[in-house]
Amino acid sequence: MIEVKNVHKSFGDAYILKGISTVFDKGKTNLVIGQSGSGKTVLIKCLLGLFSPDKGSISHDGKIYSQLSPKEQRNLRQDMGMVFQGSALFDSMTVEGNVMFPLEMFTKQSQSEMRDRADFVLKRVNLDDAHKKYPSEISGGMQKRVAIARAIVMNPKYLFCDEPNSGLDPRTAIIIDNLIQEITKEYDITTVVNTHDMNSVMEIGEKIVFLKNGIKEWEGTKDEIFKTDNEAVTNFVYSSELFKKVRQMYIEERN
Amino acid sequence: MGYLASIGSYAIMIVEVFRKPTKWRIMKSLILKEIDELIYGSLGILIFISFFIGGVVAIQTALNITSELIPKNLVGFATRQSIILEFAPTFCSIIMAGKVGSYITSSIGTMRVTEQIDALEVMGVNALNYLVFPKIIALLLYPFIIAISMYVGIFGGWVAGVFGGFSTSADFIEGVQLDFIPFHVTYAFIKTLVFAFILATIPSFHGFYMKGGALEVGKAATTSFVWTSVVIIILNYILTQLLLG
Repeated sequence: MIEVKNVHKSFGDAYILKGISTVFDKGKTNLVIGQSGSGKTVLIKCLLGLFSPDKGSISHDGKIYSQLSPKEQRNLRQDMGMVFQGSALFDSMTVEGNVMFPLEMFTKQSQSEMRDRADFVLKRVNLDDAHKKYPSEISGGMQKRVAIARAIVMNPKYLFCDEPNSGLDPRTAIIIDNLIQEITKEYDITTVVNTHDMNSVMEIGEKIVFLKNGIKEWEGTKDEIFKTDNEAVTNFVYSSELFKKVRQMYIEERN
Repeated sequence: MGYLASIGSYAIMIVEVFRKPTKWRIMKSLILKEIDELIYGSLGILIFISFFIGGVVAIQTALNITSELIPKNLVGFATRQSIILEFAPTFCSIIMAGKVGSYITSSIGTMRVTEQIDALEVMGVNALNYLVFPKIIALLLYPFIIAISMYVGIFGGWVAGVFGGFSTSADFIEGVQLDFIPFHVTYAFIKTLVFAFILATIPSFHGFYMKGGALEVGKAATTSFVWTSVVIIILNYILTQLLLG
């Protein structure tokens, strides 16, 4: 569980996060949604410890990141997996090399043990024929799977995904969303996903936090998002005709 | 103020590079890769340039000797002095700032743009140690290619002097051996080692702390070349004053 309490963050004169408080539950796919520039990426970077909040605190299972020693912070980082928007795979390494990288850096496993583990997680993300390929030789969807495999190879307690399905076709995006949700349940981890893809909201949003201009405007579940009267949320989520119809059908079905 | 802030950031970067080292098993392969890329990969261009610059120095010197009172061995002497004292250590370093420096800035800058550096930091890896330290160690071998550059430059002078009819082989070799001061070679290697550190760190600084996208990677590579060259020229003056002045 990650607890965010009154987090403020600014860069120079630009106030990005203005008193965000929320809880991201363990074993759930927690979604942070909002328009571009609403502060989603800054929030996730604060959760990762890449940015220190100006005010407020973030605790990972009771450990307040800013109060930990550098060694404890490094240890906590090893419990975190991150899937970046552009995958951020090391392009000088093969797919297998990318997945083995955290193991090589932080474990004393032998090459064969690391290879077995990499093989296992690559199979888990349904990618068992690309071990020797380089990131530039595989599709965007496959790159995302490799990024997920690299993020889970160390058995993390926390998984962060920054717009994991941006740039993917709708079908691949749903596959990636479902994979993230399956992994969250299977490993019982705390997952936080930044997205502005409404398909993801409908598909995997067990808890949704809506940010607007650095303020938490709304939070709830995917069922609650259909019912909410919050104007900012409805304007954002139901901006397309398709989603307006989906909402209408949902409400009629419930009634 | 901006320059002072950059100098401060550069100093902090240097300290960070040597903190929290990467596992030796991984570092070893990174160093070997950088030696291949930065040292072995630069050998061809430095040999090519050194040979022809050595030849041009010999021809220019010979063409400027108009008085019969000036001994003919001056061609070999001037070629040796020019190559050992300045061309090999300083001008080769400026050429390297273009070749190796741009490569370092653009490769690290691309990693920054594509969030690969963020990925390293999220994992708890000291990205500066992982990326910059192997380059510093690899460039410790830089004096070896400068030694080759010195040899090839003087050889180029001999070829141009003798086969161009500007000097006899005996005169040229006599000039090369004339008044040889071994400390000049030491001085050249001291400069080379200092420049090697500059070549590894200033381009890394510009790549690591760059912001923006692909266009900014190109701009960072150009800025890094300019600053690496400026720092090399200034340090060349200071070291020459300190060691030979």
